[in-house]
Amino acid sequence: MEVVMRADAKVRVESGTESSPRGPGCSLRHFACEQNLLSRPDGSASFLQGVAEKSQERLIRNTCEAVVLGALHPRTSITVVLQVVSDAGSLLACCLNAACMALVDAGVPMRALFCGVTCALDSDGNLLLDPTAKQEKKARAVLTFALDSVEQKLLMSTTKGLYSDAELQQCLAAAQAASQHIFRFYRESLQRRYSKS
Amino acid sequence: MKETPLSNCERRFLLRAIEEKKRLDGRQTYDYRNIRISFGTDYGCCIVELGKTRVLGQVSCELVSPKLNRATEGILFFNLELSQMAAPAFEPGRQSDLLVKLNRLLERCLRNSKCIDTESLCVIAGEKVWQIRVDLHLLNHDGNIIDAASIAAIVALCHFRRPDVSVQGEEVTLYTPEERDPVPLSIHHMPICVSFAFFQKGTYLLVDPSEREERVMDGLLVIAMNKHREICTIQSSGGIMLLKDQVSALTSVPVRTGHFSEVFKDYLVTKRH
Repeated sequence: MEVVMRADAKVRVESGTESSPRGPGCSLRHFACEQNLLSRPDGSASFLQGVAEKSQERLIRNTCEAVVLGALHPRTSITVVLQVVSDAGSLLACCLNAACMALVDAGVPMRALFCGVTCALDSDGNLLLDPTAKQEKKARAVLTFALDSVEQKLLMSTTKGLYSDAELQQCLAAAQAASQHIFRFYRESLQRRYSKS
Repeated sequence: MKETPLSNCERRFLLRAIEEKKRLDGRQTYDYRNIRISFGTDYGCCIVELGKTRVLGQVSCELVSPKLNRATEGILFFNLELSQMAAPAFEPGRQSDLLVKLNRLLERCLRNSKCIDTESLCVIAGEKVWQIRVDLHLLNHDGNIIDAASIAAIVALCHFRRPDVSVQGEEVTLYTPEERDPVPLSIHHMPICVSFAFFQKGTYLLVDPSEREERVMDGLLVIAMNKHREICTIQSSGGIMLLKDQVSALTSVPVRTGHFSEVFKDYLVTKRH
């Protein structure tokens, strides 16, 4: 098994993928991803986006539990370890994206991929997708959604602040549109990685 | 999760190879693995890769009251954590021996060598000093954690910039990065740990052991040196008896330590801030 791991590691993509220029109407920040960067864990991923801890762990865990096909691996424990390198806003969404990529890299069977998107509503009611840390602090409400890749259904949502029902629907629609870009990025990233091996 | 035990045939294979002066990755006895240093977006954030061993270092600072018996000196705080992703055996609560040993060695290497000028961290004597906190996280364990961690710590400290302060009488004004450029720390020299692994009761020696080699080694000698060939710390574990001239011969081996400092300077110059 050790020999196989070494062969994998030699072939691993040295630099990860970065997102390509996006069309109008999408205000997500730039993101980049690198997979299989560590040799000891079964799978690993590093996700860069832009740029309250136990509860966040629980949210990520619930999202992963909803998509991972646990029944195929009874008596197995899957540990997801996330290390924050730097926080420039939208931290929970970035963690969700990294967790999904790491699960894919480890080869864990899932029923869908998932992604995280954060929306912020400022005091004027404007919608900001993928806010920076400063924008999050000044915002009236910050909403984070986890969406699945098959039908863009909502897997998890966590919100902070005041907002109306109409605003919630608006944020959700914007998040669903943005998730398309993220899933396209996943696909490109994985294609790049596997086309080199 | 318990570490998978090393099989006897793998152990025999490694030891036979070392006897024949061969290493699994093709290195020579005194060869180091490739070192790559990359920086994060904040000042004081860096990731060091020593081969496949990966350490993340982050430096932060805070204004606090000084210690009572050292009223004019700033406070340095080091913390190395073995993340669970580094190896399946590193469970929280299960790694105490190794963790304590590594932390102690790091502290001796960086704090006792007085590489950081703590007097310059004083703002108001007896009342306000800077507390510099260095957090290191091991992300991937492929041997020789201490070398990678010491490089990450000193590079992060060199990269770090603390906010500028001005003192008028008893009033301290702290400037944001937008108002005034942050100030680098005052660093006298850059000590780095170099590890030597011994096999077959001290007969064979290897520099920068990988994870497999660490499993079969008998003893470990860690020497912390700087570019000027000054020794900051020596630690020998495993009960290997070495003669004085053997140790002196080893201290002259890290000519590469001079090489390291050059590597750092390159990185810091190219990292134009």
